[in-house]
Amino acid sequence: MEDAVYMMPNPVTPNQCVVINPDLCQGCNACIEACRTDVLVPNLEKGQPPVVLYPDECWFCGCCLGNCPVPGAIRMDFPMNQRVGWKRKATGEYFRIGMKNPPPPNTRPPIG
Amino acid sequence: MSEQVYEKLKKWPYPVNYGKENEITADVLIIGGGIAGCHAAISAIKRGAKVAVVEKGTVLRSGAGGDGVDHWHLACTNPASKITPEEMMGVLKSTFGEYGYGEFGNGIAAYISSRESYDAMLDIEKMGVKVRDVDDLFVGAPFRDEKTKLLFAYDYDNRFTIRVQAANVKPALQKEMKRLGVAIYDRIIVTRLLTEGGKPGNRVVGAMGVNVHTGEFYIFKARATIISTSIPNGLWMFSTELKGAAALQEPNLTPESMAMLWDAGAELTMMEASGTRMQSGGFSYLMYSTGNSHNTWFACTLVDADGKEIPWVDRNGKVLKTVEERYHCAPGQRAFVYDGPRLTPDLPERIAKGEFKLPLYADLPGMPEHERRAIWGLMVGNEGKTRIPIYWTFQNWGFDPDKDMLQATVQPPDLYTWGAWWKTYGPRQYRGMAGGGPVFDWDLKTNLEGLYAAGSTLACGANHSGSASTGRYAARKATKYAATAREPVIDRKQVDAEKARVYASVNRKDGMGWKELKMGLVRIMQDYCGECKSEEILQTGLRWLNSMRESEIASAWARNPHELGRILEALAQVTLNEVIMKATLAHTASSRPLGLKRLDYPQMDPPEWRKYMTIRQENGKIKTGELPLNYWLLPPNAPTYEENYRKHSEI
Repeated sequence: MEDAVYMMPNPVTPNQCVVINPDLCQGCNACIEACRTDVLVPNLEKGQPPVVLYPDECWFCGCCLGNCPVPGAIRMDFPMNQRVGWKRKATGEYFRIGMKNPPPPNTRPPIG
Repeated sequence: MSEQVYEKLKKWPYPVNYGKENEITADVLIIGGGIAGCHAAISAIKRGAKVAVVEKGTVLRSGAGGDGVDHWHLACTNPASKITPEEMMGVLKSTFGEYGYGEFGNGIAAYISSRESYDAMLDIEKMGVKVRDVDDLFVGAPFRDEKTKLLFAYDYDNRFTIRVQAANVKPALQKEMKRLGVAIYDRIIVTRLLTEGGKPGNRVVGAMGVNVHTGEFYIFKARATIISTSIPNGLWMFSTELKGAAALQEPNLTPESMAMLWDAGAELTMMEASGTRMQSGGFSYLMYSTGNSHNTWFACTLVDADGKEIPWVDRNGKVLKTVEERYHCAPGQRAFVYDGPRLTPDLPERIAKGEFKLPLYADLPGMPEHERRAIWGLMVGNEGKTRIPIYWTFQNWGFDPDKDMLQATVQPPDLYTWGAWWKTYGPRQYRGMAGGGPVFDWDLKTNLEGLYAAGSTLACGANHSGSASTGRYAARKATKYAATAREPVIDRKQVDAEKARVYASVNRKDGMGWKELKMGLVRIMQDYCGECKSEEILQTGLRWLNSMRESEIASAWARNPHELGRILEALAQVTLNEVIMKATLAHTASSRPLGLKRLDYPQMDPPEWRKYMTIRQENGKIKTGELPLNYWLLPPNAPTYEENYRKHSEI
């Protein structure tokens, strides 16, 4: 069996708030610089993606993502207990954060 | 990601040197690098002072304003404003009452904001932050001043709140600080103020702290110190699991600033104030992330599950027929900040009777285009903690404000009074934003020589432009004082005692972790300083805290500098809990504006208690005192705002 099984503490709650895509991350650590609560710490291997060490302390401010030079390298999603929904006025369809097959992203930028 | 962590369990990524001393000297030391601290630093260094800023997180993005801001309050001196700072003080007093002006602080902080917030906004504009509609996206909108291109929010008659596009204000401030040569010390939790001779009540000569990456010890020696930390949070409610991302204030806003003020002998007031607002429920959603019509979402149309519109009324209860009418004063109303147009106040009963069906939805598609774009594109696009968390997260999941109606939280009908519905559900915090802090004067000086205050530290005046305004004002006073102040002298015994205290938790092999400690402490506040308060209940609470100091607190255990930082917060929380309980004990009456209900003193606001009670420690004993309400316009102060400002503002 390839994957060894370990004795481990439980996953922290939440544990998927901030997820780094190792294929896109350049390991520049700019996200670490912007994180106010040290959710992210440097990888001991230089150039490797930061370690998401304290996801339970994430305030979901998005500053890591805002400081990241590579679009898509960091994904943030609300903790499952804080996901919200909306209704399309014309059709009554209901959508929510976290759903399977969501509508396509709305790419209109904010003002400023 | 936990597997990634544990599989490759490795040593702490930063070099650790517990106890290693770093000594820094400055003319002006600023504790807290949020909005107030940054504006203070820039103002002080421009006046020639040597400035150090110490920040627990990272000046680049930390603080309640770290993510930006969308509305600039009390800009009464902007060219399009129809209200003077003096008139504004009357509006605030009639809105909030006598004890303080909510997020605007007290009379001193609010007046300084009314005089200077527009100037502070021009400061950030010079740093490259967009504060007006330079792209002409809102030409012809009823909230635009065509001459200055300023965009206004809320009260379109009086035009004193400016809609700004300042999601990137923190990086701009940090860049300016670096350009001017401010020394920035990030990732340091300040744990105690240094006083002359190490004695409480003496002149403040700096502060001490610990780096939460390296564990190193920092001694800041300063002629003048400005404390610009925010309102302590997590006193009655703490749960990274239940709330976490939805916590109202950023997680670094913890009790150590208030505890260090107490330890240094600062005089505090309104520490017994609690429950003035439903601060933040345990089942909160992220700020601005559910359907509502509050603040940044003002004045969005709400509809019920069948699409039936919830009526809006003005202050006098008159039903408003159009969206346009929601942005204007009621007949006879001078201006409005909070008591303007609102959803009909009988909404809870009408929901309970079945007239409106839950869930409710924020009907952005039903709003006129300029208002929809102002709410979603401009305000949600730039407000603190909304650009990436709300704007982009929602849109990445396909949210389209032109088509979609955001659902409001489903909660008991009585919670559908006008307000921030994302945070009202579940176990409550009892301490609102109008809570306590240090007593301060027209110099923004505390009772301790050499110690000034700015931002939310001032009567919990927690708003962005107020923090910017009072930051620059406090810096002018502190810089002036520092220019002639005698050389600060550090008391070595005070340093050694603090080092022994702060590192105790890393010298243990096991013990209680910081999260369990914080959870245990909030339980004490919920039980003994919550809904039911009396002499016996509060004394029991103090007994619990005292006992915990000897056992659980004494076993506090940190395995790395990060955990150490959180442990130091928990230790400060014990002190602050005690201060709040002692202040509550000393206030032998109930008080509606303070949110104080005592079972043993049920009389609400008896005349002899129409005052601020003050509290401090002197030689290990509690000293209470009092200040008249409106003290800022009573002797030895001048009788008018204008006169006090002229005498003290250094302008």
